[in-house]
Amino acid sequence: MVAAAGKDLRVKVGTLTLRNPVLTASGTFGYGREFSDLVGLEQLGGIVVKGISLQPRAGNPPPRIFETACGMLNAIGLENVGVDRFISQKIPYLKKMNTPVIVNVLGDSVEEYGEIARRLDGVEGVSGLEVNISCPNVKRGGVAFGTVPEMAAAVTRAVRQATSLPVLIKLSPNVTDIVLMARAVEEAGADAISLINTLIGMAIDVKTRRPRLANVIGGLSGPAIKPVALRMVWQVAGAVSIPVIGIGGISSTEDALEFLLAGATAIQVGTANFYEPAASEQIIQGLSDYLVQQGEHSIQDIIGTLQTGQ
Amino acid sequence: MAKFQEKCRVSAFEQLTADIFRLSVHGPRIAAVATPGQFVMVAVSDSLDPLLRRPLSIHRRSSDGSIGLLFKVIGKGTEMLTHLRVGDTLDLIGPLGRGFDLAPAGPVCLIGGGMGIAPLYFLAGQLARGGRNPQDDHVLLGARNREEIGPLADEFRALGYPVQVATDDGSIGHHGLIPELLPARLPAARRVYACGPHPMMKAVAGQCRQADVSCQVSLETHMACGLGACLGCAVSGAGGNYVHVCQHGPVFNAGDIAW
Repeated sequence: MVAAAGKDLRVKVGTLTLRNPVLTASGTFGYGREFSDLVGLEQLGGIVVKGISLQPRAGNPPPRIFETACGMLNAIGLENVGVDRFISQKIPYLKKMNTPVIVNVLGDSVEEYGEIARRLDGVEGVSGLEVNISCPNVKRGGVAFGTVPEMAAAVTRAVRQATSLPVLIKLSPNVTDIVLMARAVEEAGADAISLINTLIGMAIDVKTRRPRLANVIGGLSGPAIKPVALRMVWQVAGAVSIPVIGIGGISSTEDALEFLLAGATAIQVGTANFYEPAASEQIIQGLSDYLVQQGEHSIQDIIGTLQTGQ
Repeated sequence: MAKFQEKCRVSAFEQLTADIFRLSVHGPRIAAVATPGQFVMVAVSDSLDPLLRRPLSIHRRSSDGSIGLLFKVIGKGTEMLTHLRVGDTLDLIGPLGRGFDLAPAGPVCLIGGGMGIAPLYFLAGQLARGGRNPQDDHVLLGARNREEIGPLADEFRALGYPVQVATDDGSIGHHGLIPELLPARLPAARRVYACGPHPMMKAVAGQCRQADVSCQVSLETHMACGLGACLGCAVSGAGGNYVHVCQHGPVFNAGDIAW
């Protein structure tokens, strides 16, 4: 994987400079190591690891996933090792890598978000925090923060005050007005906004008349949600002045370019990691090739250049 | 354990019954390190629907780098695999998961139901190669009917194993369920290896527990990645915990699963 000569893919997210705008999305790339045999981890712009809570979480009962048309539903239930084991067991491998690691964090209360951020502040190998205020799977947490602007702002402030790391807020698409949420977290001190998280959906087995997921509802991801994600990224990028990181069904260079043209500073590859682990590396190469074809020098020359006029 | 993504050339394609097929592909890197019970994630198409790879256990492995996959058409993904022809390319990731323990303390009984027979053939071959006498062991194969057993029973016999068959319709072998043949084998067996539908494995695990015979089961679940990342393949463990089929399994000691 060699970038085309002279092409500059670097982007800045807050104080963080990424070698290219392609990251792997939380919950789709484990703690990185799971993919070490298959993906050049040091080629990536960054790795966003599985969401971490203060205490370990066992997750939801099975079945947890179901494939749908061009997508999948999941109700994993935020299974994770907890912040302490993350630091003791997962960070030693990650910190040896020359790739920024962004830790996705989640909590049940504003205080808990702040506490996780405090424990991760100053931990060698952590380059930023992405705050999950939007996961639809846990009945107590997530969704309330992500759907009420004041609550989203309160979480943002708590994390902002607890860390010197760049703070990314990951928004839920399951809201009436995504711009309202984006402005609320920007004002509260977010360095960047990641969007979108999964769309809440469901599926039913008509033979048994039972839901396909034990949790009944779950998050829809994959190419099926890409147009919705793209629309939201375009709306938010036009409304805030902090960087936007586009997520939602990205599996090809063309997908990534659509998000960059719509105003995303960077993108995350999510569900595609499951079926094509090489997707991120292919996109990085593809972005370089695109710059060559377009006669541009830097990816900065592409970002937000969507032409909507006549 | 090293794993690879390999573009494999289809070298043979057999249709065994109306809906059961067997593929051979050339995947030397995966084949070189695969052990019985491990699986591969198969890209069934280049399109976005179906989106996910399909997990298939490794049915055969040859020293020339070929990998055999045995599958039944159960949905859109497996149906697409039936359109493959010799010379086509199939993208595999593997070998994945933890396989069977290959050092049993004495005679073994392999019990497979339906497509659960697939990994047992790879296992039977490896065990027979390890200086054991297959005549001391036993293979029990269950299926819906004679057609579904097809050539499989004879292939185990060719490895030297005594084989008994049970079919739902009695068209060949015992007329009934395959676990009904296990009690006669348990007094001699020191280890049972089972793979098949959940009710079958539950029955086998129960019998082995009562007889105090070591039992290893290979489980099947929905799975998005096979790599330990999606955490979608959780099943309930005996300790009230969740275990992940792709990472902690697919082969488990039966006592570690909440049946």
